Amino acid sequence: MHDHSHAHHHDGHDHDHHDHDHDHDHDHEGSELSPIALRVRALESILVEKGYVDPAALDVLIETYETKIGPRNGARVVAKAWADEDYLGWLRADATAAIHSLGFTGRQGEHMVAVENTAQEHNLVVCTLCSCYPWPVLGLPPVWYKSAPYRSRAVIDPRGVLADFGVTLPETTHIRVWDSTAETRYLVIPMRPAGTEGWDEEALARLVTRDSMIGTGLARNPAEVRP
Amino acid sequence: MNGAQDLGGMMGFGPVEPEPEDVRFHAPWEKRALAVTLAAGAMGEWNIDASRHARETLSPADYLSSSYYEIWIKGLEKLLLARGLVTAEELAAGRALVPGDPGKRVLKAADVPAVLARGTQYDRPAEAPARFAVGEQVRTKVMHPAGHTRLPRYARGKVGTIARVNGVFVFPDTHAHGKGEHPQWLYTVAFSGAELWGADGDATLTVSIDAWESYLEGVEA
Repeated sequence: MHDHSHAHHHDGHDHDHHDHDHDHDHDHEGSELSPIALRVRALESILVEKGYVDPAALDVLIETYETKIGPRNGARVVAKAWADEDYLGWLRADATAAIHSLGFTGRQGEHMVAVENTAQEHNLVVCTLCSCYPWPVLGLPPVWYKSAPYRSRAVIDPRGVLADFGVTLPETTHIRVWDSTAETRYLVIPMRPAGTEGWDEEALARLVTRDSMIGTGLARNPAEVRP
Repeated sequence: MNGAQDLGGMMGFGPVEPEPEDVRFHAPWEKRALAVTLAAGAMGEWNIDASRHARETLSPADYLSSSYYEIWIKGLEKLLLARGLVTAEELAAGRALVPGDPGKRVLKAADVPAVLARGTQYDRPAEAPARFAVGEQVRTKVMHPAGHTRLPRYARGKVGTIARVNGVFVFPDTHAHGKGEHPQWLYTVAFSGAELWGADGDATLTVSIDAWESYLEGVEA
């Protein structure tokens, strides 16, 4: 049914002028690509043919952000901050240097600030104007982070956004929203869960989710992650 | 510019849809869009502010009905066209019709890790002392520039407090338009929910933006 309906939908239509489906790429058929997939393929071909883009570099870029640079990097930063008071102090004083010391440097992480959640205050990071996000520690931003629902509401209704993630904070908790309007990138240090005394950094890192480092989530319950 | 990219405080887009953190892409073309955008950017023919401006000049209807990787590709096409690196005929044909300029910088596969790890520094040496200090009250200007700016509409004409002095940074409002870096002091400015959204705003809310010095004016004590 699914394939048939799409085939029917596309039959006899001008692909350039109808709305396409963002969620499907039709590549599984090998013959019918969505208009945007065709557009990207065309642009890539043109740039490669003109010698402006090295196709091997494209593959390395994709592999890097699929397998090497992701939120496990940030989890290591948070775990170290939880386990090592000196490192936490460095993170407070100079997050850029403290994060770079773990090897997480570069594109979209050049100027870092760490913001700490406490029992009194919860931090949430957004970029209302585009999609600014700390790539070296969190990888590519998730689609919701770049989407209109999140970007529009995070600054005016953060509790409503948190509810979408299943997070309810006490009514008295102060909420600080950081709109990333410059080249400063924010990393939230979630609260360390109780009952994790004596855990090593590797075990602690397993408690740290991507969403907890954006502020749309909390660290995992230790019962879910036995050291 | 007051484009569709300036979303803070708008309503009616529906709920946020969370997803697992191991989801990286939703279609194969998104991977190519990411890589082509980064590789083309590495040519050095435009800066990050120009690329943001290219995206925000999509018509609002187009911007709001496009996924973010689609916005990237549409912005990239604009940048390439504006700089004469590709032609409209080539985009229509889906293939190169004239040879490329062999003098352009091209990102090679072997250089990708080093280029990504290096990033781009946007801070610059201070040539004058900062005008404002932490704890000081400031008012953001009311302004509606037709070009690029990083002062969102919801935070214009509002009184806030300097929460951090970040140093001196390249000024996007000129940098996006090829008018130079004109570095300025950059401040983190915190606003109460009531200041931004009125009496009905969340009383526990503080929102901060990062604002260049020329976005700000002093508040009489």
